Amino acid sequence: MNEVTFDWSLNYFLFGLYPYIALSVFVIGSWIRFDREQYGWTSASSQILSTANMRLASNLFHIGVIGIFFGHLIGLLAPFAIWHTIGLSSLGKQSIAMYGGGFLGVLAMIGGLMLLSRRLTNRRVRATSRTSDIFILVWVLVTLFFGLATTFTTFHHAAEGSADTMMSLAQWAKSIVLFDAKPELVAKVEPVFQIHLALGLTLFLLFPFTRLVHIWSFPIGYLTRSYQIVRTKRNLPIAR
Amino acid sequence: MKVRAQFAFVFNMDKCIGCHTCSVTCKNTWTNRKGVEYVWFNNVESKPGIGYPKNWEDQERWKGGWELRDGKLELKSGGRASKLLNIFANPDLPQIDDYYEPFTYNYARLQNAPLSEAAPTARPLSMITGDPMEKITWGPNWEDDLAGEFAKRSVDKNLDNVQKDMLGQFENTFNLYLPRICNHCMNPACVAACPSGSLYKREEDGIVLVDQDKCRGWRFCQSACPYKKVFYNWESGKAEKCIACYPRVESGMPTVCSESCVGRIRYNGIMLYDADRIEELASTANEQDLYEAHCKIFLDPNDPAVIAAARAEGINEDWIIAAQKSPIWKMAIEWKIAFPLHPEFRTLPMVWYVPPLSPVQSQIDQGSLPVGPDGAIPLASAMRTPTKYLANLMTAGKEEPIRNALNRMIAMRSYYRSLNVEGKADTRALETVGLTEDQVKEMYRYLALAAYEDRFVIPTSHQEERMDDAYGFQGQNGFTFGNDSSLGISKITLFPRRRKETPEPAELAPSADK
Repeated sequence: MNEVTFDWSLNYFLFGLYPYIALSVFVIGSWIRFDREQYGWTSASSQILSTANMRLASNLFHIGVIGIFFGHLIGLLAPFAIWHTIGLSSLGKQSIAMYGGGFLGVLAMIGGLMLLSRRLTNRRVRATSRTSDIFILVWVLVTLFFGLATTFTTFHHAAEGSADTMMSLAQWAKSIVLFDAKPELVAKVEPVFQIHLALGLTLFLLFPFTRLVHIWSFPIGYLTRSYQIVRTKRNLPIAR
Repeated sequence: MKVRAQFAFVFNMDKCIGCHTCSVTCKNTWTNRKGVEYVWFNNVESKPGIGYPKNWEDQERWKGGWELRDGKLELKSGGRASKLLNIFANPDLPQIDDYYEPFTYNYARLQNAPLSEAAPTARPLSMITGDPMEKITWGPNWEDDLAGEFAKRSVDKNLDNVQKDMLGQFENTFNLYLPRICNHCMNPACVAACPSGSLYKREEDGIVLVDQDKCRGWRFCQSACPYKKVFYNWESGKAEKCIACYPRVESGMPTVCSESCVGRIRYNGIMLYDADRIEELASTANEQDLYEAHCKIFLDPNDPAVIAAARAEGINEDWIIAAQKSPIWKMAIEWKIAFPLHPEFRTLPMVWYVPPLSPVQSQIDQGSLPVGPDGAIPLASAMRTPTKYLANLMTAGKEEPIRNALNRMIAMRSYYRSLNVEGKADTRALETVGLTEDQVKEMYRYLALAAYEDRFVIPTSHQEERMDDAYGFQGQNGFTFGNDSSLGISKITLFPRRRKETPEPAELAPSADK
């Protein structure tokens, strides 16, 4: 009988196991909440209480964060073959990530800090904030801070002509989604990346319990919907 | 022809005394909760005035309702793509101060203040923050009975094209009460503007509702409604609006505001209309033709073809009978004395208004008003409230229909004056306005006597047809597991839910013997 060995290191937990815990909670938690607690499923906008600066702050924050999200998604998970096909070197890809991500990160950071200061100093917004509203915004901003910090480290890598860190992070991300976790790929990278990763994974864990769930509900279907909606109580023949 | 039934209202402004009973009963029934303290599904405005929220009628500012773009109907605030681009911060959203910052008073202070020379005062407290407020500068009904300077009230959009300067003088001042609820429009802008599709119109009775589970708080409904009758609950993060008291209406009772109206000014009834013509008629090019266009959408409930089409659509017999007896049909179509509020918003609103005559008794006594053939009742053109103002409210500025309606109401008075004072019927006034004696007798019954069963002709809903097992459902209505009943069922939940504490100090006053 083979002895089952288990890696008890923090590295293995954070980058081998934790992603699955976080993503499971993210998916199953969102599902349960959507199924059972839709009354609380909302963007929880506070614009009506104070509109001042909201157009600037909220747009900066949201555009930045959405851009960063898709940047991560494509940058980490798109197959390397795609980049080869369009003739983009890994160094070129790294500089797109660095400048594009850095720019969007700065937008999100400015907007986020404006929103945080509004949330903490505007009496009305503060009084009507849930603890989770403040907590999750701070968490996003701290994650963002470390994300921006990695840009500087990457800058050094780029100066040395290396894109190894970027490549191994992308490989790690792919290993996670392919259920073949390779936490050792992350063990070698600088701590700033590791902290950013752990904070970011935790965002997925916290997601179903906060207002972040409104992201699921981005109403893209509105673009093709007819304007008027009529609902009937009649027993219409539907598949059962 | 697609026949649909619409639960509709007429408010007789001629009899509204501005007592706010409707507002208070509605408030106590539906919006006495945290997050909606500032919300009045029903409110009564003194006109001229800017109203609630401030200047709600000014669509250049709020971008509510619809407009024609190259002859095509489009939301004034912009189409679907612009909604999604503005979703992170709605540029047209009013701030709560445009309604008012809700407040209460520190009543506990009156009882628990230490002994002092001066009597203790109960200072106002914000119901949002709980902080004391230095001074209350605006409220839900700040302009009641023309309170405040004329200069501020005269920003009223309906005074455009009216000789304002003259009306500022005390001698020329006029006042009317405008009770307002959601108009349950046939072409609702709030429904069209909702990105998540949570707002909907009910097929059975046309009541417009917000699905509280589906609302995501994108808040475009609030800015898109030109009447500003959709509100954002800052506690739940969801939109809320007048629900036409549907639990009452479904069981054949009038809405709370209508039931409690002491002046008997409110009428509830059914109108049949052609749902296929909504877009065509709402797209009428000239704003001033919209009132007539709106009248064309209604179907005559006595026309056999309409009845057959209504039956084909599955409209029940008692609903057709209710439509035939509808007080709304009589006032809006038969007598032409009721009008929609601001048809130029192009939402086809379904709360209609009988314009007010103005009390002019002392002027008549002095003999300084031109009067009709009876020598006693003044002409519509001599009334205190400028017909242009009423026309701006109800017909996009077209004065003729308003003047005709006022003349009919005057003719009714003239006829009844001849009956009661002279002792014999004088029908001269009726002939000029084209009413028969039978018609005017019925008008009198509906307008002056306004009996309960004439005012409220409300058929019950037909739940029994819509359920597989109505008996199985019996006893379950209003009782559910999970968080859709008001308190929920579990003590602990991982997910955030509504908070219930109020900002009012909860500490009890010491008892008298201490």
